[in-house]
Amino acid sequence: MIETDIIIIGAGPCGLFTVFEAGLLKLKCHLIDSLPQAGGQLTEIYPKKPIYDIPGFPEVLAGDLVKNLEEQARPFKPGFTLGERAESFEKTEDDKFIVTTNKGTKHIAPVVAIAGGLGCFEPRKPPIDNLTDYEDCGVEYIIKDPEFYRNKRVVISGGGDSALDWSIFLANVASEVTLIHRRSEFRGHLDSVQKVMDLQAQGKIDLITNAEVTHLRGDGKLEGVDIDVQDGDSIAKSADHFIPLFGLSPKLGPLADWGMGITKNSIDVDTLDYQTKVPGIYAIGDINNYEGKLKLILCGFHEATIMVQSAFKRIYPDKKMVLKYTTVNGVTGF
Amino acid sequence: MDTVNITIIDRNDVEHKIEAPTDMGMNLMELCRANELPVKGTCGGMALCASCQCYVINDPGLDEQSDDELDMLDQALYVKDNSRLGCQINLTPEIEGLVVKLAPDEED
Repeated sequence: MIETDIIIIGAGPCGLFTVFEAGLLKLKCHLIDSLPQAGGQLTEIYPKKPIYDIPGFPEVLAGDLVKNLEEQARPFKPGFTLGERAESFEKTEDDKFIVTTNKGTKHIAPVVAIAGGLGCFEPRKPPIDNLTDYEDCGVEYIIKDPEFYRNKRVVISGGGDSALDWSIFLANVASEVTLIHRRSEFRGHLDSVQKVMDLQAQGKIDLITNAEVTHLRGDGKLEGVDIDVQDGDSIAKSADHFIPLFGLSPKLGPLADWGMGITKNSIDVDTLDYQTKVPGIYAIGDINNYEGKLKLILCGFHEATIMVQSAFKRIYPDKKMVLKYTTVNGVTGF
Repeated sequence: MDTVNITIIDRNDVEHKIEAPTDMGMNLMELCRANELPVKGTCGGMALCASCQCYVINDPGLDEQSDDELDMLDQALYVKDNSRLGCQINLTPEIEGLVVKLAPDEED
């Protein structure tokens, strides 16, 4: 069991800054994020995009902002549970929370701060009527271990870099690789596109363009896919695995069932301290909702700062707290 | 105020005729949201999600798609030849008479 003062769900900019503000009040934090790295959408979706409305930074790349926030939080030694999704919480008798991830990791703290942004990033699932019937028995959205596909017949669908890169990699592992793309051109890296064309010429990749998988076949496990080609032909292809690679999209996920008020995919909070309907659970940043809400990183920073004051009072109801300026006291880490 | 007439057909095939301002630097995704149409605009207009995808039914002469938009549409679902990302269509006088239909929501 991981023990801390504040469990932060979401290691995006808002969660990272919470570590700093909590640290100034001598509160320890542990972050949980479904992505394998910190930074949230800034790292996952737009690391190279400039941001112009962070006070004091006329222009900063999203990826650099995350690096700076990590450095700013470092003196306070935050813990991380990455690549795991916060799944459920329970209340203990002494008014603490136990948060459990999808992999069973347990965390305990008197305060939970949800800084989940847009939600957890999950693979996009293409609109195939019986796709979900074959999950875990032939359909995978993420390639964890390429060896899993050794000597298997694999169909990959998608037109982005990950579809190209995995087709190239698996061409030498799987017994058969088919790559299906909706259009005739690929917009991935030029060398990857060339490599796929070369492997097709060598008969190592079966490339089917202007086509889409429309139906899956198999009794209990995947045995084949039906492919619709734009000129009207339909191809039935035998396959052991179907891997649709269409990137990630965010979803609120299990948090929606935590008993907090939810409006339009975001969590209702009291603007006094950004507490949710569940006392001791706060929601800050893009994931919360209140009248006049603006989904801006700078507003999330403000919410984090106000929130940790309230969290402190909850953890130490009898202690007096005075706001200290970092210019006067500096930053003393743990 | 300068305006153009735009028709947006929602996912239930209901037509919304909207007089849209051309002098506020808005795009079609923002227009949908301002009119409470069910468009999420998750990424905020960076052509990095496809929640504002729409099909162009009547094209009065839209600008060509940027690489960013084409890259995103390559990954998105429900994409057709006339797919566009609403966030990449700026409301300008040139788009008078635009008719679009909202693409299905990927998360539904």
